[in-house]
Amino acid sequence: MQATTQALPHAAPHEAHHEEAGFWSQYIFSTDHKVIGLQYGITALGFLFFGFCLMLMMRWQIAHPGEPVPLVGPWLASSLGKMAVNGVVSPDLYNSFGAMHGTIMVFLAIVPLAFAAFGNYLVPLQIGAPDMAFPRVNMASYQFYVLGGVIMFFSFFIPGGAAQAGWTSYPPLALAIPTDGQTFWLIGMVFLITSSLLGAVNFIATVIQLRAPGMTWMRLPFFVWAQFVTAFLLLLAFPPLEAAGVMQLMDKVAHTSFFLPTGLAPVGQLANVSGGGSPLLWQHLFWFLAHPEVYVLILPAMGIVAEIIANNTRKPIWGYKSLVYAVLTIGFLSFIVWAHHMYLTGMGTRIATFFQTTTMIISIPSVIILTCMFISLWGGSIRFNTPMLFVMAFLPMFGIGGLTGLPLGFSSSDLHLHDTYYVIAHFHYIVAPGTIFALFAGIYYWFPKATGRMMSEFWGKVHFWTSLIFMNLIFQPMFAQGMAGMLRRMADGGANYSAAKVPGAIGGLSQGMLGLHTYILWAAVGLGLAQIPFIINFFWSISNGRPTNSDNPWQATTLEWQTPTPPPHGNFAQVPVVYRGPYEYSVPGHATDFTPQNQPG
Amino acid sequence: MSAHTTHAGSTSTAQPHVDEHFSHHVRRYLFVFYALLFGTLITVGASYIPFGNREINIAVALAIAIAKASLVACYFMHLISERKMIYGILGFTAFFFIGLMFLTLWSFSDNPHNTITH
Amino acid sequence: MEIPYTVQPRPDTGLYNAKVGIWLFLASEVMLFGALFSSYILLRVGAPEGYWPHGWLNVPVGTCNTLVLITSSITTVMAWASLKMNQFNRFKFYHACTICLALAFVCIKSYEYHDKFTHYEIILNNGHILDGHLRESTPDHVVISGHAVEDPKELYDLHAVKNPPKHEEITVLRSDIKKMERYGPWHNTYLAIYFTLTGLHALHVIGGALVIGFLWGPGSKLWHTDPERFTNRIEISGLFWHFVDLVWIFLFPVLYLL
Repeated sequence: MQATTQALPHAAPHEAHHEEAGFWSQYIFSTDHKVIGLQYGITALGFLFFGFCLMLMMRWQIAHPGEPVPLVGPWLASSLGKMAVNGVVSPDLYNSFGAMHGTIMVFLAIVPLAFAAFGNYLVPLQIGAPDMAFPRVNMASYQFYVLGGVIMFFSFFIPGGAAQAGWTSYPPLALAIPTDGQTFWLIGMVFLITSSLLGAVNFIATVIQLRAPGMTWMRLPFFVWAQFVTAFLLLLAFPPLEAAGVMQLMDKVAHTSFFLPTGLAPVGQLANVSGGGSPLLWQHLFWFLAHPEVYVLILPAMGIVAEIIANNTRKPIWGYKSLVYAVLTIGFLSFIVWAHHMYLTGMGTRIATFFQTTTMIISIPSVIILTCMFISLWGGSIRFNTPMLFVMAFLPMFGIGGLTGLPLGFSSSDLHLHDTYYVIAHFHYIVAPGTIFALFAGIYYWFPKATGRMMSEFWGKVHFWTSLIFMNLIFQPMFAQGMAGMLRRMADGGANYSAAKVPGAIGGLSQGMLGLHTYILWAAVGLGLAQIPFIINFFWSISNGRPTNSDNPWQATTLEWQTPTPPPHGNFAQVPVVYRGPYEYSVPGHATDFTPQNQPG
Repeated sequence: MSAHTTHAGSTSTAQPHVDEHFSHHVRRYLFVFYALLFGTLITVGASYIPFGNREINIAVALAIAIAKASLVACYFMHLISERKMIYGILGFTAFFFIGLMFLTLWSFSDNPHNTITH
Repeated sequence: MEIPYTVQPRPDTGLYNAKVGIWLFLASEVMLFGALFSSYILLRVGAPEGYWPHGWLNVPVGTCNTLVLITSSITTVMAWASLKMNQFNRFKFYHACTICLALAFVCIKSYEYHDKFTHYEIILNNGHILDGHLRESTPDHVVISGHAVEDPKELYDLHAVKNPPKHEEITVLRSDIKKMERYGPWHNTYLAIYFTLTGLHALHVIGGALVIGFLWGPGSKLWHTDPERFTNRIEISGLFWHFVDLVWIFLFPVLYLL
């Protein structure tokens, strides 16, 4: 037991006047970063599940167009009425599911989980701080998130249903659909963006100002660096989307024409708007955020991976400085690559070349980060526990995702691949067996710190192997489908473009390509079933898991493991002093194979 | 600007020093105020001068606006004596803001040449 | 363990926490207004020749608002300086001025919005165009104080008009009207970006005034228990207020003069 760790698990905080907080202020309106982190985590996991269910219904419709959804069909029909007659996913409903699956997964599930949940819980602990710099702002950011999420969720149940124009919400389509779902989406986004901005300010100020004595910038765990850069991306990239969201809301509600061109005639009749606007303007403002946003999705995951690799190889991460400079470079470059999502908008060759060049350059620091992680395994004394399995799988999965981004980054090959299933496969490989695996790893890894119990290793390994297999079965075929020309967002799965439907057409989708939909559906169901052991394991282990015999069961070096379990309000009894770097594993001459950061000498 | 600790009702000997130090700052604030008033008037006046080319009017107006904004930022917001950390944050912001503006405008003006129809 | 550096600055950065926080927030606001300004430039550059409005806003009124905000900026910094010089009553005076000036700004802005919302462009069935302020409205006719134009382009660049037309009372039968639209944000993209930019700015003015008002009123109790912390709060809210002034320094020439 380390000298600085409290012997008593419920060490009384220092302030004599600190009263026992009631249920509401302790669990619901808490300003404690750990409680807020857990709140974000539980809410985000709930949305992750909901987004997954939307996807299952979509995959059903794609594989069996026009057939009622099994099990939930009757419920769909009764709650959604016209949109789901007889329990069939209508094309409009399919579009809603598609738009909301993307929105929910990105803004309500992954970012809140990766950035807000893990970040809030761990960053103050890892830097030796008592809490975030602005605890009440932290609470407010969670509340805005919930508000935004509630608005998004309820948009399904208004007449006309939820937004239908993709998570990208391009006008004129987004404005031409005559229902209110889009308005709800825009208002929800404003709340979510506000939540992210408040969170970003908090994170950056905390890392700058509240590092413990001795915790220099180059002694920070890589996880903290990753979260720091992520916070900057959110801070500076989100506001243009907020502006654009306000403008689209004005277009929808006040009938302005920010994004509506002159001469627009939906359903053959000239629209009663002033015109003079630019649909491309929306795309620029949207992608100005949305590109940095994808780095927001991956950087916290990379941070988690680094922590777990160092711990389970019992050696320092290889290339700490390279990792830090690489992540800073990614953050910087991510702001000037966005138009690679817009190659097919008729842009000129000079600007296309500019964006193509920056896009190629940004792949370099990403490769550096992945390489450092791989090299870190070399010569390690590897412990193959559940967190380690997930992060080891992360490496090749993210590798596949990243490499398949290259043909998309070249404007010439993107001509063929844009808006096809290839794109879907590319980004899902990065986020699904990429980020989500890292997040699973993080949950298994930090669960004992938050609860004092271990999750079941056996069921963790079951969860891992089944998830890995099914993830690949779902997304691998999509590369082939994309290269064969299957487009995204088709409610009938591409049946209208099949060679059977249009005989003699060049590039008609073959039965084989369409048949893959059925396999993908089964794989998706399999993936869903594979999560059941995880969900049961998670909740069961909170009260029944094997108790850890120490505050530091993984024998880790970073500061969060040098606190009581769970860490009390205020985290550290006294201000910790940091004497060494974050990954002092297997230091020659030491009695133990790890040396905590706050160990003097 | 160094933070002088003042306590309500204290009569420490640091007080006159603070007042004198601050009256120097206050004079500076007043000068900036007059400069801003003047800047406003010449902005309006310059907008009526027919330079012939509208672009020159735009350039003049923006130049004056940037000068006024710099005064507010440097003196009222104390940026001229701020810390490197703040300069760093603002530097990145400025770069990305210019990137957003410039690249978006460039994309609208860079059109494909020599296409089939023209 | 208390959160450190809430009042005293951290030695290596030289900053206290809230100062870092507010500058980060202001950086995000720069991006927010920057995106809107970029949109303004794009919409203006993309407008067909001769169809971008000039001179649609009242310059003396706008100048007045500019002077109001500039004055509120000096009163804000003087309020903070007063606290630094331990003069609480002076602080109260200066920030009372700031709040009044903020309210004045919002009132003047409301007057300008009202002017736009009562200004109509009427296209008659015979193709003629009338333009003016609504004086009277009944179920069968409207009366505007304005003028008729031949070419719709005349309505746009008012600076280019050599002899401003005389405004007279014109009565129009509703049955003759093809389309009657007021100068709201839907009328054209210039008004759209004008209302959005100034509306968002006005919301920031109101928000800032509320915060300063709170600190002037109930929040000022903190001066008696922790004067340095209170002074820092005034500094932070002042920084926000100066930013609001900064945005207007650009908004005014861009929307009113150019």
